Amino acid sequence: METIEIEVFRYQPEKGSDPAFQTYEIPLNKDWVILDALNHIKDHIDGSLSFRWSCRMGVCGSCGMVVNGKPVLTCATFLEKFAPGPVRIEPLDNFPVVRDLVIEMSDFLDKLQKVKPWIIREEEGSTEEEYLQTPSQLADYKQYSMCINCMLCYSACPVYGLEPGFTGPAALALAQRYNMDSRDQGNRDRMEALSDDTGMWQCTFVGDCSAVCPKNVDPAGAIQRYKVEGATHWWKTLLLPYGKDR
Amino acid sequence: MKRRAEPFWWSLFGAGGVMSAMFLPVLLLFFGFAVPFGWIDVPAYEGLRTLLDMFLVKLLLFAIVALSFFHWAHRFRFTLYEGLQLHRFSRTIAFLCYGIAILLSVFACYVMFVL
Repeated sequence: METIEIEVFRYQPEKGSDPAFQTYEIPLNKDWVILDALNHIKDHIDGSLSFRWSCRMGVCGSCGMVVNGKPVLTCATFLEKFAPGPVRIEPLDNFPVVRDLVIEMSDFLDKLQKVKPWIIREEEGSTEEEYLQTPSQLADYKQYSMCINCMLCYSACPVYGLEPGFTGPAALALAQRYNMDSRDQGNRDRMEALSDDTGMWQCTFVGDCSAVCPKNVDPAGAIQRYKVEGATHWWKTLLLPYGKDR
Repeated sequence: MKRRAEPFWWSLFGAGGVMSAMFLPVLLLFFGFAVPFGWIDVPAYEGLRTLLDMFLVKLLLFAIVALSFFHWAHRFRFTLYEGLQLHRFSRTIAFLCYGIAILLSVFACYVMFVL
């Protein structure tokens, strides 16, 4: 059977060794995605290899890695595409590495919190009350709700790489997901949190986040729309200083 | 909300992007290619002069030119301090970029409305 070489980024801090690439030769199975290749290595060649995965069908967002320089979901990327090889697999860029292909994601989780990704009501209604929504109101934000928190956009974003404080693509798109939800009233709260030095204005519209997004969320588009909103808000507070609620 | 200048500069950047994308290709095609290569007759000087004497035409041309400068300034500012990693000088860079755009716009205003 045809084989292919896989170069995997290894970092095992408990051994005190420096990060290095380790090469494995595995069968080039046409049905395999990159994640299958990694599982083959772990099960049959080297049990010490660490990586995150769960659903193997592009839903959970755990298996994002950098394959031949590009951030991808390894469960949705076929091995054969890279024949004759070699294929280089690295952890996501812009995050600290815990071990091998596993990254430390707490920074991302903090940023998700910052955008208040839940429905905010000015007054809480009763638990019996329903907030109805038409299909077109759903369509307004549905695209932005498809995010699976895989962090490929953070790996691709050069601004996040240079400015670790930047709120980043997925979190800003998620803010828009709630801002554009007809049931939500938290736009002003979020605007305040995201108009600071680490918010939307740091984005320079490189667009790589949208290019790598496996769910077509288009975070870059979401951020640009948010900027239009932020700029409109800015001009309104300048020109209509007493219209606080506008 | 803390008042920051960023949305202001971004508005000018966005407006400049729209103006330069919409109008500059047409102007360039017309005055940069069609006229010099003789694809169309050279428009008479008097005709163009009369057109330019209209206030709205002046205003539009000024808007295209000035906003394009601000578009450049904003983009170049980020290119400098992210592309070249000059964070320490972010204030100086912003001052220089927008300063140049303001000066050039004042000059454009002078050419358009005073001369």
